[in-house]
Amino acid sequence: MPRLVFEKTGDSVWISHLDTMRVFQRAFRRAGVMLKHSQGFTPRAIVSIALPLSVGVESRCELLDYELEQEATLTADMLNAVLPEGMRVLSIVENGRKIKELTHLRAHLTLTYDHGITDEQLQQLQALYHRESLVLEKHSRKGKTETDILPMLCEMTMEKKDNTTVGMDVLVCAQNPSLNPQLLINAIEIYAPELMPDAVKIRRMEVYDTEGQVFR
Amino acid sequence: MNERLQRILPKVQKPARYVGGEYGQIVKNKEDVRLRVAFCFPDTYEIGMSNVGMRILYGVMNEMDGVWCERVFAPWGDMEEEMTKAGIPLYALESQDPVKDFDMVAFTIGYEMSYTNILNMLRLADMPLYAKDRPDLKGIVFAGGVCAVNPEPLADFIDFFCVGEGEEMTVEILSLYDKAKAEGWSKERFLRQVATIGGVYVPALYEHHYGEDGKLTAIEPLDGAPKTVTKRIIKDLDKAYYPTDTIVPSTEIVHDRTNLEVFRGCIRGCRFCQAGFCYRPVRPRNADTLYQQAVESLETSGNHEITLASLSTSDYKQLEPLADKLIDYCEAKKINLSLPSLRADNFSRELMLKVQRVRKSGLTFAPEAGTQRLRDAINKNVTEEEILTTCATAFSGGWNNVKLYFMLGLPTETDEDVLGIAELVWKIIKTWKDTATNKKRGLSINLATAFFVPKPFTPFQWEAQITPEEYMRRVHLLQDALHSKAVDYRYHGSDLSYLEAVLARGDRRLGKVLARAMELGARLDGWDEYFNNDIWMQAFKECGMDPAFYAQRAYGQEEVLPWQTIDVGVRQEFLWQERQQAYLSKVTPDCRVKCSACGANCLEGGVKCDA
Repeated sequence: MPRLVFEKTGDSVWISHLDTMRVFQRAFRRAGVMLKHSQGFTPRAIVSIALPLSVGVESRCELLDYELEQEATLTADMLNAVLPEGMRVLSIVENGRKIKELTHLRAHLTLTYDHGITDEQLQQLQALYHRESLVLEKHSRKGKTETDILPMLCEMTMEKKDNTTVGMDVLVCAQNPSLNPQLLINAIEIYAPELMPDAVKIRRMEVYDTEGQVFR
Repeated sequence: MNERLQRILPKVQKPARYVGGEYGQIVKNKEDVRLRVAFCFPDTYEIGMSNVGMRILYGVMNEMDGVWCERVFAPWGDMEEEMTKAGIPLYALESQDPVKDFDMVAFTIGYEMSYTNILNMLRLADMPLYAKDRPDLKGIVFAGGVCAVNPEPLADFIDFFCVGEGEEMTVEILSLYDKAKAEGWSKERFLRQVATIGGVYVPALYEHHYGEDGKLTAIEPLDGAPKTVTKRIIKDLDKAYYPTDTIVPSTEIVHDRTNLEVFRGCIRGCRFCQAGFCYRPVRPRNADTLYQQAVESLETSGNHEITLASLSTSDYKQLEPLADKLIDYCEAKKINLSLPSLRADNFSRELMLKVQRVRKSGLTFAPEAGTQRLRDAINKNVTEEEILTTCATAFSGGWNNVKLYFMLGLPTETDEDVLGIAELVWKIIKTWKDTATNKKRGLSINLATAFFVPKPFTPFQWEAQITPEEYMRRVHLLQDALHSKAVDYRYHGSDLSYLEAVLARGDRRLGKVLARAMELGARLDGWDEYFNNDIWMQAFKECGMDPAFYAQRAYGQEEVLPWQTIDVGVRQEFLWQERQQAYLSKVTPDCRVKCSACGANCLEGGVKCDA
């Protein structure tokens, strides 16, 4: 199935997962390309996005699978001319790999401390992720479960960019099980509330397979 | 500003509605812009972006050289709270600049219960509520929309109103402002000048006098202001601006589709219907124009749904050729075509089946009254036989779902009329049993009753509304007479419709009540989550005003009506005559059968009414 790689930046990060699919369904029509539709009472254009992105999170590596009704030329430019601000198609992959082979996600987190952060506090923050375990409560349909998030945090580097900003680069498990990078922030709130930043920006950077190869 | 906004957005529901950036929004270079308009819709983004009028005028203003019009919507409660905490004033979506920095602030008002949103938006914009407290030309506040036919309750807050259709008037007003700004006019000079534009009403130029009994006794135009302000209309809709390249919201809105306005006006004359009289005369768009506009709008928006909009789509003379062409196009493109506002009387099986090829939509009837006697009194020309025949056609075609809308509290209504609703419902159930081809799914009837609100410029404008208690008694009378599980009965709240009646026929003394209610926290009153009747009752009490004076009192034939400065083209004598007919339960034939000489064809120095 063909797949496109797109980014979501700026104010488009506030568009939800479901709305993002709707945006693409319309954008294909505006680009003059018909998507294949589902059968049934209310036919729907078939598109699917690999890993749902939380509202407010930026991404450079979103994957959207689609099927065209008939063979047609589709270029990134055609879609980019009709997408809302902040959404941009980076490339089109003729035949995407099986989604289940996508296993890891690299993300960048920017933590802002309005009143500054000391080196000592930075060390404390780092230490938080080097504990034996970081257990968080997860709310799912089945109810509350407790999960240790650290086994799903594969790599992490942290650096102070200036007095008020800390940058965190992380590699996390993306599927079965997966770690939403936001949970790394939730852990601060629970285990070290005094280190809770005033604002956080999360950005998805890239997705990989088990071999560490870029996944497409 | 943007950084502060970014921080609060994670805390609110549906943040996409607060950032703009949608496909099709208009962004201009500020250096090329002489005049900036903040176009405010006094309700949420989802409601406002569904409004065709707003989309038209957004396009009209942005087509003007040197003008940049941006959109502003009312924030939901969570967003309002976060904005206030973060010190973010109300802003426009395109530039995210504060509303108070704009030259002109425009409102479009379609619903009385959004009045507090207007005041709340001015407050959130850090602008003085009262027009008299805004001395400058900059930040002038004006408003249009159907509620402008009785603008009096808002007279203290809005500098001027636009009565009627805005496509041409708006351009004239903005051009005058452009000149006034360049020449450094005072606000007062501008207001006097703008009042000479047809359809513009400047409330400060009129003094209202009251008698000892509290009734309005005289309206005195000051400084040579015109005695009446006549509604503007577009003579030829085929030549009027229509936005085919319009904004496509990035988040779901209420009417998430292309809206094709097939004609304006209505030939029917239902006596309770404000739109039916205020949008006269009938002016259609040509089917070829419409087809072109439909294709263009669908292609530029990427919408997969289109609807034909008007007050009564069945009455569009070229409906069949238009529908045929659209059905073919939509079927090929997998686009869903919906035809609301079809009448039971000429809802042909053929058209129903044709549309079904694209998608089976719901079946909705608005008989409004339960007996033929009352339907005649309100001039709702639909018979029980027509409803049952259409239902039979639909049920045998596989439909199993019917929506029915009625009103309670209509003038001359008796218990027999109320029980007549239950009887009609029972007959529909029986028809389903006799004709349904697909009984497995069962029948579902959604029955809803609204509380009748007398509106200005209708034959019922003089009528008293029944009390909320009496309305609830009739609701329960009906409820007890419904026995089938197939019926899901819902009714409008009595308090909200009571207030709607107060504001619809109110005068400018209600301004202080509105301001007080807003201060006490009234906003988003059209939403169940927010409407709080106690706040309103407290506001009336503190202001020493009695809401019953406006809602539950019949206005006399000779009484000075608060809205009589406005002329919508339909003569008051005609409305009174229609009222008399109602009391005789006599119907007036529709305008196609016989012209009733309502007067609307005299607008704009004479216009063809294409009933």
